[in-house]
Amino acid sequence: MTDKLQQQLINDLLIESFEGLDRFDRELLTLENGAAGPETMNTIFRVIHTIKGTAGCLGLGKIESTAHVGESLLSLLRDGKLHPTSEMVTALLELSDALRGMLRNLEASGSEGQADHSAMLAKLNAMQAAPSPAAAPVPARPAAFGLFEGPGNDQSEHPGQPRSPEGEPTAGGRASVSDSAIRVDVGQLDKLMNLVGELVLSRNQIMQNAAHPDPAALLIASQRLNLITTELQGSVMKTRMQPIGNIWTKFPRIVRDLSQELGKRTNLVMEGQETELDRTIIEAIKDPLTHIVRNAIDHGLELPAARATAGKPEEGRLVLRAFHEGGQVNIEFSDDGLGIDTTRVKSKAVERGLITADQAARMGEREAFNLIFLPGFSTAEKVTTISGRGVGLDVVKTNIEKIGGSVDIHSNVGAGTTVKIKIPLTLAIIPALMVTSGGERFAIPQVSLLELVRLDGEDARKKIETVYNAPVYRLRGLLLPLVDLNRDLGLESKAGAGAVVNIVVVQADGRQFGLVVDAINDTEEIVVKPLGKQLKSISCFAGATIMGDGRVALILDVLGVAQHASIISEVRDHGVSNEGKSQEQGDARQTLLLFRATKDGCMAIPLSMVARLEEFPRKAVERTGGQEVVQYRGQIMPLIHVSRYVAGGVDEPDAGQDPLQVVVYSDQGRSVGLVVTQISDIVHEALTVKRSSARDGILGSAVIQKRVTDLLDVPSIILKADSGLVQTGSN
Amino acid sequence: MSDHQQFCTFFLKDLIFGVEVLKIQEVIRYQEMTPVPLAPAMVNGLINLRGQIVTAIDLRNRLAMPPLPEGELPMNVVIRTEDGAVSLLVDEIGDVVEIDSAGFEPPPETLRGIARELVDGVYKLKSGLLLILNTAKTVNFTAASVADPSAPQQAA
Repeated sequence: MTDKLQQQLINDLLIESFEGLDRFDRELLTLENGAAGPETMNTIFRVIHTIKGTAGCLGLGKIESTAHVGESLLSLLRDGKLHPTSEMVTALLELSDALRGMLRNLEASGSEGQADHSAMLAKLNAMQAAPSPAAAPVPARPAAFGLFEGPGNDQSEHPGQPRSPEGEPTAGGRASVSDSAIRVDVGQLDKLMNLVGELVLSRNQIMQNAAHPDPAALLIASQRLNLITTELQGSVMKTRMQPIGNIWTKFPRIVRDLSQELGKRTNLVMEGQETELDRTIIEAIKDPLTHIVRNAIDHGLELPAARATAGKPEEGRLVLRAFHEGGQVNIEFSDDGLGIDTTRVKSKAVERGLITADQAARMGEREAFNLIFLPGFSTAEKVTTISGRGVGLDVVKTNIEKIGGSVDIHSNVGAGTTVKIKIPLTLAIIPALMVTSGGERFAIPQVSLLELVRLDGEDARKKIETVYNAPVYRLRGLLLPLVDLNRDLGLESKAGAGAVVNIVVVQADGRQFGLVVDAINDTEEIVVKPLGKQLKSISCFAGATIMGDGRVALILDVLGVAQHASIISEVRDHGVSNEGKSQEQGDARQTLLLFRATKDGCMAIPLSMVARLEEFPRKAVERTGGQEVVQYRGQIMPLIHVSRYVAGGVDEPDAGQDPLQVVVYSDQGRSVGLVVTQISDIVHEALTVKRSSARDGILGSAVIQKRVTDLLDVPSIILKADSGLVQTGSN
Repeated sequence: MSDHQQFCTFFLKDLIFGVEVLKIQEVIRYQEMTPVPLAPAMVNGLINLRGQIVTAIDLRNRLAMPPLPEGELPMNVVIRTEDGAVSLLVDEIGDVVEIDSAGFEPPPETLRGIARELVDGVYKLKSGLLLILNTAKTVNFTAASVADPSAPQQAA
């Protein structure tokens, strides 16, 4: 046998065996759950039998003998001479780990490795002997067992399982054999070949046309070409698509091992395994998903006793769902465990110096959930081997966002947590909006696009309010920070000044902002190409693409643009280069709304607390029960004159002012209008409270834009005002 | 020591540079370029090389030379690097010359600045001195590593 042939055979063995062992694990678990069908035992047996057989042929004695021991036990089980127990399943899973270890070693170094499995083998041997005297191993039946069947095509055997067997060397760096091969349906291949055939014909037509131009024929030919290309694109994509079930197959095993380790009981339900995703994406989300599953079991689910006390079934439930929706794949993980206690999350975050107590007090529920994605965050009381080191979820989020996805989390204390992940179907070809700015074209990926706003004539001049250097636009009453793409990228505007303003409303990292561009062209499917390494560090660009006319256009990375224009605070980056910066972490940058309410001095509140800015004519103000109210969006909204509630403010500088400037503050579905005299600015600054205040209604003072500014304590003001108006509001 | 090496030569201002022939993928005329905002000034733009996107580096700027006079178009010398093709913009392309490696000398001590880093050595030709460019070092910079605010933004 030549070396090359031997290597080929070994590669086949590796691919086949890794796939087989995954199936082996899966079937063993169904066996343990009591959900086994008549074929289950046969499948399990066949896997080990085939490995033994092939390894024997190739002279891999150690793998052969190890598999042989397992086979002996399995043959007893299959023939009903023994009944499977949980210990047996555990031992057999260990066997599969051991085999995997040897196979991986074989792949990396060409030998089976030195690991000693005698203890495990002895255990397996002892199990055979236990109930009845060891029966002779059933002689191998020919042929029928040598073939694999079923659609299980898992490409992804991966080191880093909970108990990676004795840390044998893995194929460091380079892709393992089983990752580099993929199974494609023959029918699919035939279809591809047909399409390529048509493509060739189409090319011939066009080439001919170049020699003897005929516009009509060219038109027909290019239409055909268009059709074929689209179909070809779809078909090629399809060969790259894989069911998400491929990565999920590992989860039952992980869940089982983890649950046992932690003394928990978990029922894993998986729905939508057949949902298909691009191969590259599958690879990219494998680790993040595993992390979420581990997290759910370690942090989410309670111990059986605690569950019983809480009136829940002892067995915890973890549901995985995957489905397509609007050109994206949604993956949901829901558990019925503890849920996330926002107060605890907040206090932990404060303790770890990720946010200030101040910020914590103002934080909404949703924002608080998102705290767990901050680097360095962990609520686990003690660090376990599984999780709690405070690294992980931030990596999960970063990895998912890197491929254009998003992570969202919902939770009810005591009832459970749901993590929702949305990811694009593919990365190679994406729909994008083409815009022009500074004479150059840019592509904005459709996923981050929300809407387009066009202001012309009067509106273009008036609707954009620019105070200092922060332009904003009131989009349906909500404040939308604007980024001028020309200015941000240092381009020269080539459009006529001020005639029309095109705003592309985009979303990045949960924040909305408007990109002001010179012109909006069209949507197009673009092919994403990477930039050279000299340009990789420019965070504003995600890559480049080639347009129909052959020119190159840059693809904007909305998140990068936002960061460049500092719309999004860089809180997330702080944790990365930990220690040295720890004192800065407390005063993360915030977007603040500056206004005046009293005669003396500026005031500020975080923009995140502001729902809208409104103006009300004085005659719209009505009085009820001694409280000023206005009718606002079908509700009665109480008005609070800020000046009356901040200490010392008996004077009322807003008296006689018409219309009233109102900052609408919403909390739990109720709106309160804060009457101020003047809205001054929106700034994005690092907030350092210089002096905490004893004055009522003021949290403290900070220096913002070189001016001493009071930070308004809105909840306390509302509380104070509420004592007068609570009856009118809620009854 | 008397083996021969082939170099592709090109001109920058009044200097002759050479790059090992095997490192060169192709030489093409001036291509329309897409400028990259925020990029270092030495990156002139991106070109579409038969569906592949290639970064074009202004070699004059890279070697701290004054820019090409207005109206003159540079040539693209597309070289192979570890991370794909990169185009170097040069004034004019010369011949491929075969040189005896015995004529090689390290760069003179008096050579200073960026050229000192990027020039591997000098061959003495009859017509002048051939400076051998280290292509790996030439393309090895990132937008972050060259923060030179003094350099003017490239004229698109």
